[in-house]
Amino acid sequence: MADSALALIILTPLAGALLVMLAGRWPNLREAVSIGTGLLLVAQIISIAPSVLDGSALRQVIATPVPQLPLAFEFEPLGLLFGLIASSLWVITTIYAIGYMRGHNESNQTRFFVFFAVAISATMGVALAANLFTLFVFYELLTLSTYPLVTHAGTVEARQGGRVYIGILIGTSMAFLLPAIIATWYLTGSTDFQVGGILSGKASGPVVGILFALFVFGIGKAALMPFHRWLPAAMVAPTPVSALLHAVAVVKAGVFAILKISVYIFGIDLLAQNGITDLLLWIVSITIIGASVIALNQDNLKRRLAYSTISQLSYVVLGAVLASTASVTGATLHIATHAVGKITLFFCAGAILVAAHKTRVSELDGLGRQMPITMGAFFIASVSIAGLPPMAGMWGKWYLSLGALDAGYAVIVGVLMVSTLLNIAYLLPIPIRAFFADSATPNVEIKEAPLPCLIAITITAALCVVLFFFPEPLHTLTGLLPI
Amino acid sequence: MIITQLPALQVVIPLIAAPLCLLLYRPLATWLLTVVTSAAAMLISGLILAQVLDQGVIDYTFGGWAAPFGIAYRIDLVNAYVLMIVSTISTIVSVFARVSVASEIEAHNQGIFYTAWLLCLTGLLGIAITGDAFNLFVFLEISSLSSYVLIAMGNDRRSLTAAFQYLIMGTIGATFILIGIGLLYALTGTLNMLDLAERIPEVANTRTARAGFAFLTVGIGLKIALFPLHLWLPNAYAYAPSAVSAFLAATATKVAVYVLLRFIFSVFGKDFALDTMPLALGLAILGSSAVIFASAIAIFQDNIKRMLAYSSVAQIGYLILGVSLVSPAGLTATILHLFNHALMKGALFLALGCIAWRIGSSRLGDFKGLGYRMPWTMGVFLIGSLSLVGIPMTAGFISKWYLVLAALERGWWPVLVVILAGSLLAVIYVWRVIESAYLGGKDNEAQVGEAPLSMLIPAWILALANLYFGVSTDLSVGVATEAATTLFGAG
Amino acid sequence: MTIAGLYNYWIVILLMMTGFYVVIASGNLVKKIIGLNLFQASVFILYISLGKIADGHAPILQAGISNYSNPLPHVLILTAIVVGVATTSLGLALVVRIREAYDTVEEDEIHDQDESM
Repeated sequence: MADSALALIILTPLAGALLVMLAGRWPNLREAVSIGTGLLLVAQIISIAPSVLDGSALRQVIATPVPQLPLAFEFEPLGLLFGLIASSLWVITTIYAIGYMRGHNESNQTRFFVFFAVAISATMGVALAANLFTLFVFYELLTLSTYPLVTHAGTVEARQGGRVYIGILIGTSMAFLLPAIIATWYLTGSTDFQVGGILSGKASGPVVGILFALFVFGIGKAALMPFHRWLPAAMVAPTPVSALLHAVAVVKAGVFAILKISVYIFGIDLLAQNGITDLLLWIVSITIIGASVIALNQDNLKRRLAYSTISQLSYVVLGAVLASTASVTGATLHIATHAVGKITLFFCAGAILVAAHKTRVSELDGLGRQMPITMGAFFIASVSIAGLPPMAGMWGKWYLSLGALDAGYAVIVGVLMVSTLLNIAYLLPIPIRAFFADSATPNVEIKEAPLPCLIAITITAALCVVLFFFPEPLHTLTGLLPI
Repeated sequence: MIITQLPALQVVIPLIAAPLCLLLYRPLATWLLTVVTSAAAMLISGLILAQVLDQGVIDYTFGGWAAPFGIAYRIDLVNAYVLMIVSTISTIVSVFARVSVASEIEAHNQGIFYTAWLLCLTGLLGIAITGDAFNLFVFLEISSLSSYVLIAMGNDRRSLTAAFQYLIMGTIGATFILIGIGLLYALTGTLNMLDLAERIPEVANTRTARAGFAFLTVGIGLKIALFPLHLWLPNAYAYAPSAVSAFLAATATKVAVYVLLRFIFSVFGKDFALDTMPLALGLAILGSSAVIFASAIAIFQDNIKRMLAYSSVAQIGYLILGVSLVSPAGLTATILHLFNHALMKGALFLALGCIAWRIGSSRLGDFKGLGYRMPWTMGVFLIGSLSLVGIPMTAGFISKWYLVLAALERGWWPVLVVILAGSLLAVIYVWRVIESAYLGGKDNEAQVGEAPLSMLIPAWILALANLYFGVSTDLSVGVATEAATTLFGAG
Repeated sequence: MTIAGLYNYWIVILLMMTGFYVVIASGNLVKKIIGLNLFQASVFILYISLGKIADGHAPILQAGISNYSNPLPHVLILTAIVVGVATTSLGLALVVRIREAYDTVEEDEIHDQDESM
């Protein structure tokens, strides 16, 4: 029974998608189905959590298309973390989306919720993958199922954005990720994720380095420069899509995959002090700082947040490249804390769009007085993203810095400091000016965002605070990782 | 008694059905006869395959005249596999054909159309089943002539010039094959393939043998549409009636590849063919060029049928790459891909047939918003495209994976790069269509106008087969591996 | 065997190359078919001339004769001739239809008409 539970986790959102499609004509019923499916999914994952926490192996093989390449699922601490975050934030985003889609009078809402559910199913598949093959299958399915969401608006810009999105993601996966998987298979005869990695003893230093680089660049969803352009391009999507997928599901699937591969294919001992580390650290640092600098220059709020995401994702890649216990811990924590922080920011951006019809940072002066809850949440989330106490984001930065020192790269601590300053520079002025500056449009009456949006915003902002003071659940999971 | 006569019946039944078809004349009756005959052929192929899997090679002699004096049919796993592919595709596509043909060909010509179809089926089945070299040539010409007729019946006048060009190039190819067979006969005095295999090694080092081999290879290469001898294929597939494009794309070139395999491995022996003559390297280069250039040209095509035709040339490149690897693994990949490609291209061309029936055009510009007007049809196209690109869980991925494995085994890294590049190029040309269909903006005169069930069901059968054989590969891969081992071991 | 003694092969080569050249170089569709016929005829001659055995008699059983020419190539070529006739007639039928559709049987004019579509 426990074994089939894994397949059920993938199937539940798919079944939900089907039900949503059938309930298309009754919006309230349709939304209830979405939320219900989401809650069911969270419940399923929580029910399996105990067996992961006490270390028993839950594994299920679905099919074996090619010998030695089974489609298999397995739950381990990292996947559990990712799965929990993705599924719980899905519920919250659905609540938000209800407010947004209705408030903005979007068309094709059924199609939207259907593909939302399918995308979550694919995300769960990535979280549960027991080997590289399964990971690759669901990684591609995630790209394909999010494409209709990105191009939802159907306009020429949406199509352009969609083309860049698909082009970069499938291009990098076919050109780099697939060869890397094939090479791994060739060197070791298997693609399974195992404690301690499968490559030790099978490949020499330079080969390991090149292979790691192929993986890191092949997982385009981690938005490492120069393959980062799909993220800003995907901002043509409706905000709930940007919130869940490009703050949580899609991008986190990318960095999650990199972390999982680092820990379970390479093993951090193999990666530590590899010749490629210096080169990758350069690229990661350039991404972190470069993306933040670009963010400073963006007036469009969603684009600013997109470049911020690119920068923050590289924190996780940084943790993987540094390959020390503390850095990987920090990276894992960052997956969780960045998710709640960024999703709040995107929620706020969408709320501002729906309630005040504004998309540009320069237009947001004085908005805080009319939309206090929204901008208050924005402030909390900004502090979290910047990595300052008392918000959750601090933990990730803290452990990453420790990890950098452990690995002997003190200069990385400097990079993180500079990044913090840049984050403050491009995020904090927004809520501050919203509350204290004079309004740009004093005569227009602006109401707060729709209620469902506010509920969602409050929950995620609260999580930013809560996770700072109560990070134990996260620490339990990171403690279980073989690092 | 029937069981022992199955090999003969496999060819005789469609052969007799053809003039019967001509006599019947009316569209409905002739269509029905075609479907029934194809189904019967499929049944026989299934029985033959089961028998070969069970008992090994089947030897059948016509009229009881023992080989090498009489004409013998020799069916091992490779033939049986190809027979199965041809007859199954013919059945599925002929079910599809009723409505499609009715809209593209005038009623008084449809009887002739189905007659030619049955003759083509006879020819293809005959090529696959025979163990005699000249018999092969005869069946080859039967299938070629009838396919010229089939192609010429398209409703665009360019189908006539396409058929003419195919006729000229195809006849030259067939004549080259005839010369090759003639030279071999002059050297060995026999036409039976098994006998040839025994006698060729003694005379292998003569110029005659090498010339004969060269003529044969070039002739077969023309029939396979191996780059750069592929010039007839794009026009032929683009302007033929939709059902014909589907049928030929899924079968004709596959059977020609089978002929190449048979001659290289069973007649000449792989040592002579691939090592003494530098065919392995030559095929590798031509195969890689086919993949890259044909895929690149496909990107710029406005007529989607032409795009798929160039895509077929690229896929044939993959088949040839598998052969050039000279290993059981490479052969497995090729034989597997014979099957998977038939599924993919069959599904894609059937989807195009549905679209052509509904909107009367195959131009990319007319595909706008088709994803909403014809959701089921575009669903088939989507699945077929994913398989073409090689997305995991589809049949196309399995073929590509085995080809990659075979290349890795030989350490030929450039081939790996070519395969991946081909996939990337395929993504580009396929995505243009998908994008236009789903995001082209819902068109004004749009109401949902799906194709009729008799066209959708065959298309969906092939589409689902792509998915099924992408996950459950025991049957397709198992047979292919065994067939490859037989071929490779025999040489 | 002297070079002159191989005269049958020389004729075959001559015909084959002539036919091939006509097919490729000619722009008129009917001429292409004629070239194709020449090409095929050369192959027929190759086979048949191979069958003739030095001092061989016609392959009809007769008392006192032991050296017969090989009848098999003749049979094969009969089949091939039939195939050739079928091909030629099909080709000519296509030319008739092309003439109706394009009003010309010159390849370049047909090409121009198609290009301008």
